[in-house]
Amino acid sequence: MLTIGLGHYLTVSAILFVLGVLGIFLNRKNVIVILMSIELLLLSVNLNMVAFSAALQDLTGQVFALFILTVAAAEAAIGLAIVVIYFRNRGSIEVEDISTLKG
Amino acid sequence: MIAALAFYVFAAILIASAVMVVTSRNPVHSVLFLILAFFNAAALFLIAGAEFLAMILVIVYVGAVAVLFLFIVMMLDIDFSRMREGLQRYAPIGAVIGGILFLELLFVFGSWQFAPDAATLRLNATPGPEVTNTEALGQLIYTDYIYLFQVAGLILLVAMIGAIVLTLRDKPANSKRQDIGVQVARAEAVKLANPPSRAGLGQLGIIRRPLPEAPKPKAVGHDHHDHHGGGHH
Repeated sequence: MLTIGLGHYLTVSAILFVLGVLGIFLNRKNVIVILMSIELLLLSVNLNMVAFSAALQDLTGQVFALFILTVAAAEAAIGLAIVVIYFRNRGSIEVEDISTLKG
Repeated sequence: MIAALAFYVFAAILIASAVMVVTSRNPVHSVLFLILAFFNAAALFLIAGAEFLAMILVIVYVGAVAVLFLFIVMMLDIDFSRMREGLQRYAPIGAVIGGILFLELLFVFGSWQFAPDAATLRLNATPGPEVTNTEALGQLIYTDYIYLFQVAGLILLVAMIGAIVLTLRDKPANSKRQDIGVQVARAEAVKLANPPSRAGLGQLGIIRRPLPEAPKPKAVGHDHHDHHGGGHH
């Protein structure tokens, strides 16, 4: 209990992942909170990567966590840009309206 | 002992702030709790020994991504009360799916173990304490993973260009811009005329007539009737 091992990190990461999935379902109307939930999901995956990297004494996990971080930042930028232009066109960011973007 | 205590404190704050991100009524509060979650995750990274990633998490996530979220939330004029309408409707299915996912993760966690030869299968073993975490990561990223590193830079470049292209509002109504090609290729930019002698360009309809409401100058002392455009009126 007093020595922090892999299991502790995996538990925290699992709880964080479930919270992120729950956030996507709870905030069906607000795209910005959905994007934040996706950030939480990616953060939990990063936590897993770092935990395994520390447990196995293998740096590859940290290298890949770095690349996940890159992709997460790019995804947030593009997603928020899409939110901005969608709000400019429609005046709302409700997810149900976005289905009108279908061709 | 101290590390364990710190781990529990940071993990508890991380999970509590993640709960607040998801359930907060105001998106501005969500973003602020997201920043708190990132800070605590960075602390967990530090405890695990990933110092470089912890600093990157603070710099990139808190400094760039979370502030970007804050910008967008405050810039868009959103009716936040209407955003909460579907909460009761979607809470049961969300709880069911979250519970199933959590049970599955618990099953995986309970039945999982390392391969017996995991220690020999390491790709890039962590060097000893004489090499810092940042230096070891740099020696990996700039050698073995250089192509992935370049592709990561390319992804960021594409994201930057994409965000600029998406949000650039070109041609507002009251701004005039130069279009060199169109301006040079104008059809009536230069016109050749061959007016008859003593007729003047006005009779050919080439030069612009004066505006009709312009008051005509009073003709005083019409001495030279055959003179067009005499300057001594």
